[in-house]
Amino acid sequence: MRNDRFFKLFSISLLSLWLVIFALIPLLSTLGLSFLSVDDNHFFKWPLTLANYGQVLDPLFLHIISRSLYMSIFTTLICLLLAYPFAYILAQLPAGVKPFLLCLMIIPFWTSSIIRIYAIMALIKTRGILNTVLLHVGIIHQPLHLLFTQYAVFIGLVYNLLPYMILPIYTNIDKLDKRLIDAARDLGANRLTIFLKILLPITLPGILAGVILVFLPTMTLFFIPDLLGGAQSMLLGNLINVQMLTLRNWPLGCATSMVLTCLMFVFLGLQHYIQQHSSSTGKQAAGQR
Amino acid sequence: MRIRWLLWGFYEVENNIIEIKSLSKTFHGQTVLNNINLNIKNGEFLTILGPSGCGKTTLLRLLSGLELADSGQIFFKNQDITHWPPQQREIKTVFQSFALFPHMTVFDNVAFGLKIKKLAKNVIEKRVDAALKMVKLESLANRKPSQLSGGQQQRVAIARAVVNQPAILLLDEPLSALDYQLRKNMQFELKSLQQQLGITFILVTHDQEEALTMADRIVVMKDGNIEQVGTPRQIYEEPNNVYIAKFVGQANIFDVTVLEANQHNVVVSLENRTFLLTNKKGFNKGDKALLLLRPEDLHVLGSNEVNDSGMMIPAKVEQFIYKGSTVDLILRSASGQKISATEFFDEDDEKLEYAIGESVLIEWVPGWEVLLPYEE
Repeated sequence: MRNDRFFKLFSISLLSLWLVIFALIPLLSTLGLSFLSVDDNHFFKWPLTLANYGQVLDPLFLHIISRSLYMSIFTTLICLLLAYPFAYILAQLPAGVKPFLLCLMIIPFWTSSIIRIYAIMALIKTRGILNTVLLHVGIIHQPLHLLFTQYAVFIGLVYNLLPYMILPIYTNIDKLDKRLIDAARDLGANRLTIFLKILLPITLPGILAGVILVFLPTMTLFFIPDLLGGAQSMLLGNLINVQMLTLRNWPLGCATSMVLTCLMFVFLGLQHYIQQHSSSTGKQAAGQR
Repeated sequence: MRIRWLLWGFYEVENNIIEIKSLSKTFHGQTVLNNINLNIKNGEFLTILGPSGCGKTTLLRLLSGLELADSGQIFFKNQDITHWPPQQREIKTVFQSFALFPHMTVFDNVAFGLKIKKLAKNVIEKRVDAALKMVKLESLANRKPSQLSGGQQQRVAIARAVVNQPAILLLDEPLSALDYQLRKNMQFELKSLQQQLGITFILVTHDQEEALTMADRIVVMKDGNIEQVGTPRQIYEEPNNVYIAKFVGQANIFDVTVLEANQHNVVVSLENRTFLLTNKKGFNKGDKALLLLRPEDLHVLGSNEVNDSGMMIPAKVEQFIYKGSTVDLILRSASGQKISATEFFDEDDEKLEYAIGESVLIEWVPGWEVLLPYEE
């Protein structure tokens, strides 16, 4: 009994310690740093200032932030549109095939994502595999200029983040009682009604989880716009990267990071709100997490 | 001519709401329903009884339109509905484990079918309220299914189907998710609901007691075939074969040989004794047959109580199980056959005391036995 309590105390304090060291302290120091002044020799110096946040609100920065949001929203939307049917079909397949297909989907992610982005570059460059095949088949007569455009960034982001959308949605659809669909059909619902009134609301927790998992990383995966988009397509992640590593302006980088953190909190809050107000299944799913 | 046609039509509608003709269904090359023929009467409580995998649920799904038949036809009020989609059929289903929509309130669950029909809002409200009142749930209209007990969920499922005013209500193992006491209560409630609504109920179950309690007629199925159709009494007292006899209640089964036979009677040999029984199934001399005796039809007498032991089976008591309202006996005949008997307390024998190892004689009321053709 006493051992048991000791173990409980030990494991909880270990976990708390971990979170304090690796989450709370870095977050607080980022926050603190964002209010300090830049110094060319020592990274930062006194006094406290709001100048960094003033700079974040600069039209140029706001432009990058709004572009990041726009890219994130589009990437998330494309991921959702691709992932939902994929997850639905996957969930309908026989139980023996499902793990195999899930495995196939995950295996590429055992290699470094930078390598996979270089692979995409090889695929979509002007004399790449995609253009060669399309020209050969005769679908196009001029090679497509995809690389170093916004489309390439979209392709890279969607490719990298799609599994994070598929998995939570798949889990939701897979555990859905198939008799609910039967019941809806029995009561006269057509396919569209079943989708809108039954499938969508019940799988909403999965959709929300997928959206969170895709939306936020989109803004921070700076190497994808770097490699695929060329110089023009800066996202919030790239901005932070440049400020921290190239310009060595840590306070400004921290202030920009805090903008990202605030965005994250807004979205998590939104997800929580929707789940609380949508359905009992949503509440259960939220409780499980 | 026309009057005759009208009368014929009237007669048909009144009597058979569903006619199933040579219906077959296979899944992945496996025959689930094999040439099913069945007429279902308007307003009856029909129970389809069989073990899991006998095709009873598939038959229900073909009736609701959730599955389509490979061959054969289904007629609803003389109309061929074999290929109609579910929404066109006046047939609604109460699903196993209820399949309530978890994200909707009780009210929205019940209103689902009516909203799809795009009825006016006040009409929907009126009909949903009436349906909830019928199942005594009017106070819980704003709850979510997860906030209800199993019995309440069951009622919502019934209300959700009935509110669409179907001509036929299909119930797929509706009570299997409930505990014993609740199941008992719901059996009576379903029966009275059916009488109150006056519509046809088709209930699928693997529970023979449930079938006997509720049904006007029982369809016994096995391996995609219909084994017997009849009233609960017919199924229990005159089963067509050993399978049905064993599935519907307990039965002692003896191999016997027909020694003599005429139109009315047979003489069979059993335990080196001869028994004179009625010949209902046209047995001939020399036939092998199976004699079926229900435990509760057997009367176990102490050897000293009996003067004439003709038409009785001698046996020894092996086990004595007191069950409150009855006493169950496990007996062993001279030839070594195990026999179950259930004895009731009555004025003839208030004590029902038997000693283990006691020699007894078993008798039954002539005619209560069932004599079936021999099968392996």
